[in-house]
Amino acid sequence: MSAFGTVLGRELKLAARGGGDVLTLVLFFVMVGVIVPFAIGPDKTTLSRLAPAIVWIAAFLSMLLGLDRLFRADHEDGTLILLRQADLPFSAIIGAKVIAHWLLTALPLIIASPLLAIMLAMDVATLGRAVVSLLIGTPALVALGAIGAAVTVSIRGGGLIAPVLILPMAIPVLIFGVGAISTGVGADQSGAALLFLAAISLMAVALAPFVAALAIKWGED
Amino acid sequence: MMDLGPHAIFIIWAYVGVVVAVFALICAVRIDARRVARRLAALEAQGLRRRSDAP
Amino acid sequence: MSIDSKSRQGWFSRIAHPGQFAAWTQPLLWPLVGITTVLFGVGLYFAFFNSPQDYQMGETVRIMYVHVPNAWLSQFVYVIMAVSALGTLVWRHPLADVSMKAAAPLGAVFTALALYTGALWGRPTWGTFWEWDGRMTSTLVLLLIYLGIIALWRAFDDQLRAARVIAVFTLVGAVNIPIIKFSVDWWSTLHQPASVFRAGGPTMPPSILIPLFLMFFAFTFLFLVLHLKAMHTEIRRRRAMGLERRAAGALA
Repeated sequence: MSAFGTVLGRELKLAARGGGDVLTLVLFFVMVGVIVPFAIGPDKTTLSRLAPAIVWIAAFLSMLLGLDRLFRADHEDGTLILLRQADLPFSAIIGAKVIAHWLLTALPLIIASPLLAIMLAMDVATLGRAVVSLLIGTPALVALGAIGAAVTVSIRGGGLIAPVLILPMAIPVLIFGVGAISTGVGADQSGAALLFLAAISLMAVALAPFVAALAIKWGED
Repeated sequence: MMDLGPHAIFIIWAYVGVVVAVFALICAVRIDARRVARRLAALEAQGLRRRSDAP
Repeated sequence: MSIDSKSRQGWFSRIAHPGQFAAWTQPLLWPLVGITTVLFGVGLYFAFFNSPQDYQMGETVRIMYVHVPNAWLSQFVYVIMAVSALGTLVWRHPLADVSMKAAAPLGAVFTALALYTGALWGRPTWGTFWEWDGRMTSTLVLLLIYLGIIALWRAFDDQLRAARVIAVFTLVGAVNIPIIKFSVDWWSTLHQPASVFRAGGPTMPPSILIPLFLMFFAFTFLFLVLHLKAMHTEIRRRRAMGLERRAAGALA
């Protein structure tokens, strides 16, 4: 198998052995969804109107929570420096890590999202749109998060600063992500929003490995 | 002073806010400059020189 | 440090030496301060005593003379930072680092002022301090990005390394800000079909344009002065840190 696959496999294997992290993240995602009704009341119509926003906010927060594990451990034990010596371009390695991170932190959330949908009184059509919107939007979140994690990886205790950097940058994802689920007041714009979301996602995923690789290289030496 | 109409309070507060903020910004830049100049002078008084400043 | 007049390099390489840059630009500082003061004096005179009230907005049009320059600077300073970031990444120009670092807090203050004056302008004209419309919202996001960059500068110990990493992030922001602006516009038109803005509006008469232009240049020169001064300070700070490091090395 190619070096790309090896890096990808290593990440997945490490996560499988480490165990708890993925489950904790899913738990956090569901918990945010569970907590919101306590804040805004159990009224079904309000909940189902706010459901797309709640699902996306929950996804946002969980992605930010998992951001620091993307490069931090590998930076601290020197693995990143070793990986830079590999034949494979460093940006490709970062790309593999980003894909692995998406599989480990975003996909479980999407799988768990029907659970939130039931609790937040979403109907089936909205749930379908929510899953599609999360599938298309989360790669952009992971890609932006990778940039944030790469920029802050050489800062000691930089775990707090990456979310602060990435949150404003990720606003378009939130806007179009929620826009792709809810149909809004006027004409149905969800199709257009989904296309914009896909465009942002493609661009972010295409650029992020190079940008993150650059930031890590220059942050380390 | 001229008559600023019924919304005078907003106009005055806008200008007051801008003046205060700009003044604070100028002060911050100058205080920072002075502090760094003093720090540099103290270092040079200890006899430290840059390699490029040949005696 | 005196100006090195023997060097036969081009100006671009010559000012790459931070000490030389400081020596070259030091004489510019006070004339620039003078120009700024005169522009503010004349601009404020026109703004308050020699311009009519707008037939729709009344006297509140005078807030525009401080609001528009700050709104312009909030974007202009980011452009300066992005160009400096390119300088850091492409040419590794030592001054680009300094320019980038000195510009960030100034940009944050001007952006905050644009929001502040915008809110005070919005209350009498729209009836609310804060409206989630496209322009105000994207200015707010811009402020958050400035604050993030400042936080990033403070988090790094090694300023040379910080400059390159922050340059990468600044350019990501430069690519992303138009996207944010577009998405926020799309979002605000979706949520409020009736726009609070007059579409187009009448062209401004010269009596309003004159103070606007004066204040516009006054604020731009204010930024140039403060940026130059902050760059000099930053150059000196780096020299002091270098000396401290050498002193520590000599002790060890």
